[in-house]
Amino acid sequence: MLDHLDPVVLARAQFAFTVSFHFIFPAFSIGLSSYLMVLEALWLKTGQPLYLDLFKYWVKIFAVAFGMGVVSGIVMSYQFGTNWSVYSYRAGPIVGPLMAYEVLTAFFLEAGFLGVMLFGMTKVGKSLHFFATSMVALGTLVSATWIISVNSWMQTPVGFAINANGQFVPGGSWWPIVFNPSFPYQFVHTVIAAYLTTALTVGGVGAWHLLSDSANPHARTMFSMAMWMAALVAPLQILAGDAQGLNTLEYQPVKVLAMEGDYESSPDGAPLILFGLPNDADASVHDRLEIPKIGSLVLLHDLHAPLRGLKDFPRDTWPPVPVVFWSFRIMVGLGLAILGLGLWSLVARARRRLYDSTWLHRAAVLMGPAGFVAVIAGWVTTEVGRQPYTIYGQLLTVDSHSPLAAPAVAISLLVFIVVYFTVFGAGTGYVLKMMGRPPMPRDDELPRGPRHAAGITPSHGIKPAEAP
Amino acid sequence: MTHIDLTVVWAGIIAFAVFAYVLMDGFDLGIGILFPAFAVGEERDQAMNSIAPVWDGNETWLVLGGGGLFAAFPLAYAIILPATYPLMIAMLLGLVFRGVAFEFRSRDPAHRAYWDAAFTLGSVTATVAQGITLGAVLQGIRVADNAYAGGWLDWLSPFTLLTGASLVLGYALLGASWLIWKTEGAAQAHARRMALVLGIATLIAMAAVSAATPFLHYDYWRRWFSVPGVYLTAQIPLLLLITAAMFFRGLRHGNERLPFLMVLALFFLNFVGLGVSVYPYLVPRSVTIWDAAAPPQSQLFMLIGTAVIFPVIIGYTAWAYWVFRGKAGVHGYH
Repeated sequence: MLDHLDPVVLARAQFAFTVSFHFIFPAFSIGLSSYLMVLEALWLKTGQPLYLDLFKYWVKIFAVAFGMGVVSGIVMSYQFGTNWSVYSYRAGPIVGPLMAYEVLTAFFLEAGFLGVMLFGMTKVGKSLHFFATSMVALGTLVSATWIISVNSWMQTPVGFAINANGQFVPGGSWWPIVFNPSFPYQFVHTVIAAYLTTALTVGGVGAWHLLSDSANPHARTMFSMAMWMAALVAPLQILAGDAQGLNTLEYQPVKVLAMEGDYESSPDGAPLILFGLPNDADASVHDRLEIPKIGSLVLLHDLHAPLRGLKDFPRDTWPPVPVVFWSFRIMVGLGLAILGLGLWSLVARARRRLYDSTWLHRAAVLMGPAGFVAVIAGWVTTEVGRQPYTIYGQLLTVDSHSPLAAPAVAISLLVFIVVYFTVFGAGTGYVLKMMGRPPMPRDDELPRGPRHAAGITPSHGIKPAEAP
Repeated sequence: MTHIDLTVVWAGIIAFAVFAYVLMDGFDLGIGILFPAFAVGEERDQAMNSIAPVWDGNETWLVLGGGGLFAAFPLAYAIILPATYPLMIAMLLGLVFRGVAFEFRSRDPAHRAYWDAAFTLGSVTATVAQGITLGAVLQGIRVADNAYAGGWLDWLSPFTLLTGASLVLGYALLGASWLIWKTEGAAQAHARRMALVLGIATLIAMAAVSAATPFLHYDYWRRWFSVPGVYLTAQIPLLLLITAAMFFRGLRHGNERLPFLMVLALFFLNFVGLGVSVYPYLVPRSVTIWDAAAPPQSQLFMLIGTAVIFPVIIGYTAWAYWVFRGKAGVHGYH
């Protein structure tokens, strides 16, 4: 029965599943490692134990999340070869070195200093420990730089030549490959997204504890820091997203048209389709709700600018429009909600009600996971939007996969799904359990054994024998 | 650069990364393999704490081995990985289980027994998969038109099962001798007893694999036994015997570090032996390092960075080991 399945579809499903699951963890650890660095710096600068308490609270959560990121990331580094061997052979001379640089400059840095960051506070002294924390934070950003370089090159491939074996090889300088046209936009958008994702998580946790005890100084500090981040960075993210959209319109117009649901060309200003049901079969958006001309305003910053439609491009270069259309709306919708939360927090702060506004706290708890959903939706938009290519305009996905039998891939996909949900489900459960524990002074000196956390989140008791 | 063959340099770098991986992750996978033999409680916590600060760095060498192969020898990466598909997936999933167990077991005392079991199962799975992969590459991979041309279970044979089992013994030996160095008291005495048994078993396994390899193909036989090459290759088993003797002597005299260092030497000699059998092939008898090589621009671009960054990596890795020098305690976070 498994023989009837298409190995390419299975391989795509497997890559999409494993990479989506993987990215949840870096989206959190990029931001959280920077947050930990800030907390430790504040502690070293002010000497206030509160910052050290917060550092210790979050570093344990970081350890679990980072561990899951590492193991799911190793899977990715081998899946290029196992499932996309033709792509690997043909694109290896270009993307291989970029990934090798990621390992050399980022993975070793993170891994080398992680042990000291987690276990070495009493062994190396404060400044060296802070240095280790900073190196882990730097490592996550360097890692993001290289892998975004790889991904953005696949979106906007430049600076290459094709050799006699059909391989993509550097055409001359590496500069245009690393800093390809979409790299800066994609990098900024992704890193800000990671920071926002972390801010929302930290804010959600702070809000959760404020709901039970609005006087908890630790919860207050983390909530306040997170809401500053959301209020200040969400607008920047919208600008960064707009800039990336303009860049994509220039280099991958078909992707943008799929995001907008513009099947027809609009010679005198395109409408902005808010919602609707795109249908590739008859190439139209059913039951649409649209605002005339605003599409051109958003994309081209001009109400009357003409915009081409998908029908102006060959049918076999379209991505699956409904997926891209909807994932894009999920991302944008959540982005606007995050902006709203940030603005609400500013108003509450101005009225000195930041720590007492129950509805704000409830909203922040609700929005706690929003960053993760938005980030994954964004990646779905850009990756599905690149279809039918792996290397845009150059190498088709159907020509990229390994010569594997369908049953092998079907079984591995099934096992990945079972294992990931089990293992990372458990890990996420542990993270939530740690988040459910209220942040306390001198977090490392909690008495062992069950305690009554009077009035504080009774459903999240403290586990006995929690590591000191 | 005309006098230096970049491809040979890169083969050396990849070999170094793979060897560093085998040694460094070898001892922590070995501890995973031996984990059920440790008493629940302090002995397990000590064993875990002796590797918790360094395992992530150790495993990064695997990513460098794979990523480096992808970058410097894309053809070999594109052939070997599909050829060993089920093994690679099993290894990756094994590494998932054992990697998360470090944190999970201390987060969830109520289910610690499950995560300890996952730690062992994951370590054994990853090791068996690596050992079988080694055997599969040695016995040969069917290649046509620059791609893998076999089925998805071609790697399975008595020889590959032997290499799989041998690597389990070898890694367990590395783990036991690491613990002799890093633990004390009852845990150390236990590690010493295990190292003795594992030392004997590993030597038998090495002998079996070494004896079987020349019969896989005449080419291997010729490389090892033709005159005058045999005068050089014969030094390897000779050095192996000396190393083994020093290992057992170190064990008997209660030396804490010598056994581990001698096991490293054993692995090194095996690695050299492997080189004698396969060099300059990456996929024996079908793809050489020059067939598989990425163009010089790619290799040079990486080499510049590697030359600068490698010493730095080795420096801070050594520092991290130095910070956690001495005996491992029973406490995790401080």
